[in-house]
Amino acid sequence: MSWWSRFHHALRGHPVDREIDEEMESHIAEAVERGRDAAEARAAFGSRLRIGEESHEIRVLPWLDSLRADILFGWRQLRKHKVASAAAVLSLGLATGACTAAFRLIDALLLRPMPVAEPERLYAMFTLGYDPGGHLRLGESNEYPQFQTMRAAVKHDADLIAVSYGERIELTYSSDQEIEKAHRQFVSGWMFDSFGLTPAAGRLFTESDDEKPHAHPYAVLSYDYWTRRFGKDPKVVGRRFRMDNDLYQIVGVAPQGFTGTEPGTMTDIFLPTMMYAGVTHDDWGWIRTFVRMKPGRSVKAVRDRLQTVFTAVQSERAKGFVGWPQKRLEKFLHQTVLVLPAGGGISYMRKEYSLPLELLAVLVGLVLLIACANVANLLMGQAAARAREMALRVSIGAGRGGLIQLVLAESAILAVLASVVGALFAWWSAPYVVARINPADDPARLALPVDWRLLGFGLASTVGVTFLFGLFPALRASGTQPVSALKGGEDPHARRRLMHGTIAVQVAFCCLVLFVAGLLVTSFDRLANQPTGFSSERLLAVDTEARPGQTLVFWNQVAEHLRELPGVERVAMAGWPLLSGIGSNGFVSVNGAVVGDRLAYFLNVSPGWLETMKIPLIDGRDLRPDDVYPGAAIVNEAFAKEYFGGANPVGRWFARSGTTRLEVVGLVGNARYRDMREPITPTAYVPYRSDADGRVSHATLLLRTAGGSPLAMAGILRGEVARARPEFRVSNVRTQIDINRSQTVRERLLAMLASFFAVIALLLAGIGLYGVLDYSVLQRRREIGIRFAVGAPPSRIVNVVIREVFAMVACGAVLGSGLGLLAARYVNTLLYGVKPGEPELLVAAAFTMFAIAAAAAIAPVARAVRIEPLVVLKSD
Amino acid sequence: MPKPDSLQGSLDLLVLKILSRRPGLHGYAIMTAIQDISRDVLRADEGSIYPALHRMEEAEWIRAKWVTKENKKRARVYELTRAGENQLATEESRWNAVTSAVSRVLRMA
Repeated sequence: MSWWSRFHHALRGHPVDREIDEEMESHIAEAVERGRDAAEARAAFGSRLRIGEESHEIRVLPWLDSLRADILFGWRQLRKHKVASAAAVLSLGLATGACTAAFRLIDALLLRPMPVAEPERLYAMFTLGYDPGGHLRLGESNEYPQFQTMRAAVKHDADLIAVSYGERIELTYSSDQEIEKAHRQFVSGWMFDSFGLTPAAGRLFTESDDEKPHAHPYAVLSYDYWTRRFGKDPKVVGRRFRMDNDLYQIVGVAPQGFTGTEPGTMTDIFLPTMMYAGVTHDDWGWIRTFVRMKPGRSVKAVRDRLQTVFTAVQSERAKGFVGWPQKRLEKFLHQTVLVLPAGGGISYMRKEYSLPLELLAVLVGLVLLIACANVANLLMGQAAARAREMALRVSIGAGRGGLIQLVLAESAILAVLASVVGALFAWWSAPYVVARINPADDPARLALPVDWRLLGFGLASTVGVTFLFGLFPALRASGTQPVSALKGGEDPHARRRLMHGTIAVQVAFCCLVLFVAGLLVTSFDRLANQPTGFSSERLLAVDTEARPGQTLVFWNQVAEHLRELPGVERVAMAGWPLLSGIGSNGFVSVNGAVVGDRLAYFLNVSPGWLETMKIPLIDGRDLRPDDVYPGAAIVNEAFAKEYFGGANPVGRWFARSGTTRLEVVGLVGNARYRDMREPITPTAYVPYRSDADGRVSHATLLLRTAGGSPLAMAGILRGEVARARPEFRVSNVRTQIDINRSQTVRERLLAMLASFFAVIALLLAGIGLYGVLDYSVLQRRREIGIRFAVGAPPSRIVNVVIREVFAMVACGAVLGSGLGLLAARYVNTLLYGVKPGEPELLVAAAFTMFAIAAAAAIAPVARAVRIEPLVVLKSD
Repeated sequence: MPKPDSLQGSLDLLVLKILSRRPGLHGYAIMTAIQDISRDVLRADEGSIYPALHRMEEAEWIRAKWVTKENKKRARVYELTRAGENQLATEESRWNAVTSAVSRVLRMA
């Protein structure tokens, strides 16, 4: 009989049985034919079952057969303990699912190379220098004219590619009425060629599409955008759209999978760099520089050449700087050029989220370990309850391997079920998390394909988990000594000690997760509840664009019109909203001398802005319509402290960047300007230029509304702005609260996920503790009965039951706190306003752990106290 | 586990020998053949003949096939394989060695 037919028989036991049955029937028929009595002939077979079994065992591969039996038996065992099994499947499923989801995110953001030819030959240029705050920082931006000089300098060894930052802009395909938003990226014409990309439709850019400023109004769509917006219509090539007052023509579609060079932002429309106004400005840093090495050339040589050119270009530029302190000038000139591998693309999101994602991966791993320990304990408890069964199996001849297989089969079923739950969870949760990374109106989009990496990871974690939590109890069970087990258990404490050890480890991990989650939540809380210095309630920020040539007078007319609307309390105008991440800065000199090397922030505001923002006026007055720029300024307290030594600056003069003279007319309270995390910066609020040259192309109108939901007015405002003056158009409406919130997206996400994992870890640890206590009461019920019988009070019994477990919880908590202190240093950069070793948080984590332990102990303790000595002692 | 009244390990030999002379017998016929030829001295019951047949089939000493008898009933018949012929020779010579050794002991003791 072939191996295959044995296999076939093993999996489908019935045909073999049927064949044997038929042979026996034919035997009996033969016997009857020869005159034997039918009943006697049948009886001669003895127990037909026995023959069947003996024959069957010979004819099938015994191992496969026993495996089938073990799986069936395991399934029945699991169904017998529905609640425990469901808890195990769910906890493992959540843990493996979270692991897979975390891997999915990390892979998409950090590991996966861009779909370009030979990503290992792709590098990016960075500059290491000092930011305006005086901190060492890796700069990514370059100016286009410098880029051109550098490209020419290294053209024999490498090709430089300029790529702008992805940004979300408005465009219209037909009429001005239908405004759409899309992500655009300006790229060098030769980028597609250099990346080895081929068009999905039409053509891609070439070097000749990117030669003269403002001369190539062509666009390439991304495959994803083409699919979403146009349903892959090939006729889209040749269509035109309007953007930034230019008319662009679509020439082609990029290949599938290429979503731009910024993981986290999917580019919809690629445009040639020459179409961006910044190409001619040597002080606009708006591009990132990719370096495509030619085969076999030295990266170091290219770097050295770039450094030389870069320093020369910077020195040339510095000659034009006025009013720069010497120290700053030196820092500006001493920047180091770095050329680093960038086969995966570069993005702000990657920089911002790589550490948080790594941290989450660690947390998720810990939760997975807790879940494994839990299931191991549950299985171990069950195995203990089945010690007699195991002993019986051993005494009738089951081998060690057979028993291991029996228990492993059970855990394999658990793992398979759990991985189904986990796969569903991972499938749902990764996009859910990505959608929450950016503000709600512009969510981040990451390509999250299900590929072999993901399947491999899921499979590996499932197999790993099966062995982690299944093998140990299996080995223990197989070591059963039948004689002692049937007599009532060999060393009842050995197994319990083992479970206690697991508990200690579990508690330590749980404490660690709790502590880190506590750090992140506290950090988010402090950051989000940071006083801003102004009132965000019912404040609406209306970003507005004007056709070229609109002076302040017309802007005032629009503001005046909005002021008349019902539900609008105040209207003011500013260059941009506070805390939107935008900033304009400059050096401040008093009496002709630069003070310090700290930069001050500036913001153009209209009269009445202070009142609209509810920023308190401390001294002096608000801006008046007749104030002009340069001329008057309002400064905050930090400004007074930094540049006037804390004296009242009202009536005094200062100069911005050496030349522009301003008189301080008012002193106001501190308000956060650009970033929630920054310390309060010296800030000056200055009027708009009101002369004929003072044209304003875009600004933000700030509306203090009366109603409860300011966003409901967005539609009306869009219409009313256009009605006030047709040259004006609303480009975006946000509430100030949303703007503030988008400052803390990362912290919120981290806090949310960490709390989620902390809750899961707590739940798992609670279930684990309950299981162990319950088992221990079950196992020691005879001892407890005897103690009761000899007169021990219930309090003594309670002590006996929980003492060891609580000692383990204490051990675990101490261990976990130690780990927490170590881990805190690692997460330090993610924290805000929280000291990494904050003792209250450690205590809180340990306290929570004890509370959970106490809650888990209630039921088993109650059971122990209710033990009736007579019943227990009689039962054995 | 062998029963006290079993054929003391000679069942395989008997079955192989019978099948070598009369290939194509089914289980019942083999059983009755043992009984008849040994003049009722040796009996192989149903409980041992079938496991033995299946074991030898597994060892590929014999092979089985289903045939339809004249009365339209199906029966499973067995015949020797090449390996079975070799096995028969081996078993036979061992049996002869053992029996002659036993009779020598009976004579000489």
